[in-house]
Amino acid sequence: MKFSQEQMERYSRHIILNEVGVKGQIKLLESKVLIIGTGGLGAPAAMYLAAAGVGTIGLVDADTVELSNLQRQIIHSTKDVGKPKVISGKETINDMNPDVKVMTYHEWVSSANITDIIKDQDYDFIIDGTDNFPAKFLINDACVLLHKPFSHAGIIRFSGQTMTYVPGQGPCYRCVFLNPPAPDLVPSCKEAGVLGVMGGIMGTIQASEAIKYLLGIGDLLTGRLLVFEALDMEFRTVKLASRTNCVVCGENPTLKDLIDYEQRACEL
Amino acid sequence: MKIRVNGNEVLLEKAVSLKELLTLQQVRTPEYVTVQLNDGFISASGFEDTTINDGDVIEFLYFMGGGQVK
Ligand SMILES: [Zn+2]
Repeated sequence: MKFSQEQMERYSRHIILNEVGVKGQIKLLESKVLIIGTGGLGAPAAMYLAAAGVGTIGLVDADTVELSNLQRQIIHSTKDVGKPKVISGKETINDMNPDVKVMTYHEWVSSANITDIIKDQDYDFIIDGTDNFPAKFLINDACVLLHKPFSHAGIIRFSGQTMTYVPGQGPCYRCVFLNPPAPDLVPSCKEAGVLGVMGGIMGTIQASEAIKYLLGIGDLLTGRLLVFEALDMEFRTVKLASRTNCVVCGENPTLKDLIDYEQRACEL
Repeated sequence: MKIRVNGNEVLLEKAVSLKELLTLQQVRTPEYVTVQLNDGFISASGFEDTTINDGDVIEFLYFMGGGQVK
């Protein structure tokens, strides 16, 4: 692969970094990242990965843009209200960086389609930008079963958390949280509220993890859960215990088929 | 005795069980909180029988994502 003059200039601040360089930038351009959910977390993650020159970005979301999304989902604009989020996201990325090929999946992930979506472009890294636990467990299990690394993140009110799973390098999301909570116990973002910037902070951490993984640099959030409290402005990383009897990633896994957990309808 | 809960120092007048500590820390739905005591997970069925000792490091890990259970 040869860089054009325009690419040399576009990625010059990356190329000058010893840890990236021309080689690293080529790696990014040849990489494929799947972003599930183009909301609070997925929007900033997608934009930074696109700006960074990740060559293929997949966007998965069945939703259409609503006015109440715009307080945090910065990949969408006022003119996009009513448009499918994956289309709006694709247009923003195309405007930003013509080097990026955007794949769109206008659907919710489920046990029926997630394997095919991940395999569609044989994605190198997956970002969980979803806002509900059934999807989070589904993404975890699918990634563990397909031996794919992924970044988990969750935000609510003024709090956020994130961790990275890499096969064989530490606990998975299910190791830590076992099973989704009962649907009636979980307030949605709509009910609980969320500070708009939370998605930006956690989503860009997810993008950083993806880039580090793709380049093979630094230490990932494997075996660690990063917890962020915006009101105290405190980041803490909790070293995670291991669960050798995890049903999906443990020594004798019993979970072989993906599960569609019951989900409370979020819309009203 | 002195313990650490989610990074903060907590002083306890007497030894308590993990179940009592969850109440003291106002955790409303303990069955949905992942508890790490020092280097291991403690399952919900073990909350009552686990005694907190001086110097213990405890982490309550909460579900977070679109909603939070605390
Ligand atoms: Zn696991």
